[in-house]
Amino acid sequence: MSFLSYLQGISREKLKLALYSATSDDVERALNSAEGDLNSLLALLSPAAEPYIEQMAQQSVRLTRQRFGANIGMFLPLYLSNLCANECDYCGFSMSNKLKRKTLNGPELEAEMAVIKKLGYDSILLVSGEHETKVGIDYFKQVLPQVKNEFSYLAMEVQPLAEHEYAELVGLGLDAVMIYQETYNPQTYAEHHTRGKKKDFAYRLDTPERVAKAGVDKVGLGVLLGLDDWRLDALLLGHHLAYLESKYWRTRYSVSLPRLRPCTGGITPKVEMTDKGLVQLICAFRLFNQQLDISLSTRESPELRDNLFSLGITNLSAGSSTQPGGYVNPDTQLDQFEISDDRTPVQVSHAMKQRGLNPVWKDWESAWIGG
Amino acid sequence: MLTIADHQFSSRLFTGTGKFSTSALMLEAIACSGSELVTMAMKRLDLKTGSDDILQPLLSSGVKLLPNTSGARNAKEAVFAAELAREILDTPWIKLEIHPDPKYLMPDPIETLEAAKILCDKGFVVLPYVHADPVLCRRLEEVGCAAVMPLGSPIGSNQGLATETFLKMIIEQAKVPVIVDAGIGAPSQATRVMELGADAVLVNTAIASSRDPAAMGRCFAAAVQTGRDAYLAGLGHVRSVASETSPLTGFLNE
Ligand code: SF4
Repeated sequence: MSFLSYLQGISREKLKLALYSATSDDVERALNSAEGDLNSLLALLSPAAEPYIEQMAQQSVRLTRQRFGANIGMFLPLYLSNLCANECDYCGFSMSNKLKRKTLNGPELEAEMAVIKKLGYDSILLVSGEHETKVGIDYFKQVLPQVKNEFSYLAMEVQPLAEHEYAELVGLGLDAVMIYQETYNPQTYAEHHTRGKKKDFAYRLDTPERVAKAGVDKVGLGVLLGLDDWRLDALLLGHHLAYLESKYWRTRYSVSLPRLRPCTGGITPKVEMTDKGLVQLICAFRLFNQQLDISLSTRESPELRDNLFSLGITNLSAGSSTQPGGYVNPDTQLDQFEISDDRTPVQVSHAMKQRGLNPVWKDWESAWIGG
Repeated sequence: MLTIADHQFSSRLFTGTGKFSTSALMLEAIACSGSELVTMAMKRLDLKTGSDDILQPLLSSGVKLLPNTSGARNAKEAVFAAELAREILDTPWIKLEIHPDPKYLMPDPIETLEAAKILCDKGFVVLPYVHADPVLCRRLEEVGCAAVMPLGSPIGSNQGLATETFLKMIIEQAKVPVIVDAGIGAPSQATRVMELGADAVLVNTAIASSRDPAAMGRCFAAAVQTGRDAYLAGLGHVRSVASETSPLTGFLNE
């Protein structure tokens, strides 16, 4: 059974009702059970869990330190291109947006990598808009060996690919694929994705499974908080995760919990996600899944990020630029979205150390793996 | 009802045939336990006549027979024993047991996986007896085993659930029935396994070596049922003390 048919077998109404009618007893049961499961995730994401956020945070910290120690993995996004053949109304890269378009060529990529390496990073996330013809598999095949030469850990956040394409990229050094569903509500999905291949909800939904089948080390899932009811979207994200974990148990998983941010020509969030909600979300996922990687982006403010660091986060970017060529030329106005924490990696790692956390710049050596 | 492969069982207590002083006592104990699946060692069968004093009465008692490959020291011997069992007893069901170590009779994980692969490909309904190893259980499931049978403690030891931590992981992850086998020495231990969510238990020594095997068979039947009922009802949680202050999330109120 694919995840699509799994999802179709779930009644959204029933699940929503269960979520909003969870009681404090359900929350306490979840807090007291040693292992997280989908029932406990439901309780911890529910409004009934709000008075328990401090307790959730205490447990989240304990479980995170127990599993990951005080380490936080540092990574940086490298934007390869802002070309995109889709229309997503929350994103600055949308096709119809008047924006200078750019795709890095070999020397430009080299120059970007040189700047990033000087910042201390050894873990990179390659990002592009979704443009199959100009920034497709041939381009990736060309770029990956060049990047892998410089960085130990290589993740990608690009358009969905076919299973054999992912497998080919694994051979070239691909370690992780981030593929965010944005929302698990097909109707809301259709409203926000109005043109291009990304309109295909089902194809996107089954992408993480193709990634796992292709033998990629880590799969990243995510929802864009603000598009729909975040509690329900997060719960369905949990279902997706549980489905994948039970089927592809050799794979590692991460989640990313970005809040919708203002961008060129973008929309304002339909559903408000408060700071408190974000804390609840992070802690609920930690209690649900103790081995999960949870990433925090630079979309959040420095003050909030400092407070969130220790609550269950395992991966972090700092000093990010969201435009192709942005590390060499910072002011080209090609951004995907605005970032809120514009501190340098050194400043952020200083703040982390003050909280007793240890930024980890290198955490992977592919030479050990698969030979 | 518990379903394994295409077969349904109303009792979740499986038993064995070893260690009884007489076959009459064995039959009585099995009847009292309500067990519908009984395992027996192929090595004990008289291959020349295809019958002995255990087999015939068992066959006529109506329980389902689960031949096992006990005595096999590697995959090759186990596959051979399974094929013999299929031929003589006319059943594709096989409890795969490979223990080359005569002291503790620890199952050999490498040979077991190898044999399971071969037997599943040949169309057997394979129930492998293994150490309580969560990764091994997943790999056995992947090659097509109909259930997994992790041990509670060393076979015949009556030591109970030495492997509880790992059994919990196996039960949480498994998509096939989990039958806890070996080491269960008392009804209370069987209850505990069932409370954890195991699908069934297999008990032999604890019944066979008790003073009154028939009575003990009844005790286990009740214990397994109680554990199952408790699992279905959902165990209540142990309350922890709520914390008053908000050192970690106080920033939310600032
Ligand atoms: S979200 Fe992705 S697919 Fe949509 S417009 Fe932006 S870059 Fe293109």
